[in-house]
Amino acid sequence: MDNKVLTTAKAASEKAQGRPRFWSTLASLLLRRREVSVFIVALVLIVYFQSSNQAFFSQPNLRTISQIVAPWAIIAAGEVMLLICGEIDLSVGNVFALAPFVMFFTYQAGLPLWAGIICGLLVSAIVGLFNGLVTVLLKIPSFITTLGTLFLLNGLTLVTSQGFPRLTPDEGAFNQVFGNGPYAEILWALAIVLLMQIILSYTRWGLHTIATGGNLLGASETGINVNRIKIGNFIVCSVFGGFVGILEAFRITSIDPLAGGTGVMFMAVAGAVIGGTSLMGGLGTIVGAFLGTLVLAILQEGFTLLGVSAFTFDLILGGAILIAMILNVRLQLLREAGRQ
Amino acid sequence: MSQTDVSPVVRVEHIARNYGAVKALRDVTLNLHKGEVLGLVGDNGAGKSTLIKILTGFVQPDEGRIFINGQEVRLRSVTHARSLGIETVYQDLALVNELTVYHNMFLKREKLLTPLPLLNNRAMREQAREYLNQIGVSIPSVDSLVARLSGGQRQAIAIARAVYSNAKILLLDEPLAAMGAREGALILNLIRNLKAMGEVSIIMIAHNYAQVLEICDRVNLLQHGAITLDKPTAPGLLEELTDMVMREYRNGTPPA
Repeated sequence: MDNKVLTTAKAASEKAQGRPRFWSTLASLLLRRREVSVFIVALVLIVYFQSSNQAFFSQPNLRTISQIVAPWAIIAAGEVMLLICGEIDLSVGNVFALAPFVMFFTYQAGLPLWAGIICGLLVSAIVGLFNGLVTVLLKIPSFITTLGTLFLLNGLTLVTSQGFPRLTPDEGAFNQVFGNGPYAEILWALAIVLLMQIILSYTRWGLHTIATGGNLLGASETGINVNRIKIGNFIVCSVFGGFVGILEAFRITSIDPLAGGTGVMFMAVAGAVIGGTSLMGGLGTIVGAFLGTLVLAILQEGFTLLGVSAFTFDLILGGAILIAMILNVRLQLLREAGRQ
Repeated sequence: MSQTDVSPVVRVEHIARNYGAVKALRDVTLNLHKGEVLGLVGDNGAGKSTLIKILTGFVQPDEGRIFINGQEVRLRSVTHARSLGIETVYQDLALVNELTVYHNMFLKREKLLTPLPLLNNRAMREQAREYLNQIGVSIPSVDSLVARLSGGQRQAIAIARAVYSNAKILLLDEPLAAMGAREGALILNLIRNLKAMGEVSIIMIAHNYAQVLEICDRVNLLQHGAITLDKPTAPGLLEELTDMVMREYRNGTPPA
């Protein structure tokens, strides 16, 4: 039986071939590992922008790209965990705005700055817990739950700040570590991406997250507490949102009630999707999402450098998301066809 | 009902369960003996899946008692039932397509590189491969994603996973559903191997009476939430079963 299957599969692949072996190997690699194709896209973009403007590889420009990509990549790391277990958090960009205000007010109340950060992250975690509990226990689709908290948090930030930005407290070296240093944010981003990829690929939590999104009923039948997994990932995503908000507050040295918002959230989701995460759950990697956000950041900065307007960027972004999604579905079909 | 000198591995006494106005199970009494393969047959909606869900701890009965190895138990949850050695393989397949065979085999009982909280993939891969060989399940590789396997292979992995987790009592919900003859033979062969090893006792739900009679030691017929027949497999049983079910269709009401 095995032999027969093997020979038919072989015949089919030989029929499909007719091309040099290198290309078919590359094609199968691209089919299997989405990250590789996104990485190649990033490389092509880098070569293109560098060849059209020598300033692309200059130190200041690389720093700018790193500052664009870092917040997206960190939020995407949390968002991917949620997307893999079949949920989404639309409110994360508004946690981004709220958390530094929580930090600011606790600092103003006389607590040290590090305690302010912890309070900001705690409030972010509570928002995530709330999102998770409402979604899981009241069975509200997370799209709706977090759409509600999105506006709720935005209102809360605006009311408590009365709509005015504040200056970020300055404690020198402390600020350098938490986002004000030239490459502080990207280092945080890389550390978080690495940590979350390890959690996703090499821990129980990651395995159970994939199982929850891949087969919700099946996962719960094996005894996995799928609610706990989902709520935990809501908290992770929210905490990352708050953390990025705090990092950005230190980098920009002011706290803006209108910072973050849906813009940063959608860029993170877009990066995740481009990086191979499926919105249906079960599929996705943190590294892929990082590369996805990197491609978006390179595009944005490259266009700025070329003097292309921001409007064009949106055009390209929209196209890229659609193409990525269509590819996702097509590749899935191809994989299934190549199964047997 | 005949008395046995050893207490059955599973004894279910006068179990009833309603879903609102629907009486899924009215009064079910059933015994499963050690090393036995018991076939549970009956029409759709007769209550087979509800009975299995109760034995798995997924659903609690409204009335009745359950004994495991002679001890009365209240199965609180799937985890609790599992701790008593009860494992279920559902017809909707609890495997995760996005994970490899060996991750599926060890799902929820992963091996770790203690003291690190990291997965010991090497150990899981090795043990999965070894065990599948031992019980005669052949798949291309334990590294392949479950999505790449055939229906029969997936079902075999699901059963193997349940037994590997130290199941003493195995509940198979339609293990042969939607399967071609060759794939079905794969599963029947696996069940035969497990029976030969004599470690597990199996309750198997199925629609195909011929297959049930081929593999099962005893057959129970569930009709409208009650067991209406309990007999060892013997020549003539197929006709008797068919006859009872035909009568049920004609009457459209539960037999008295």
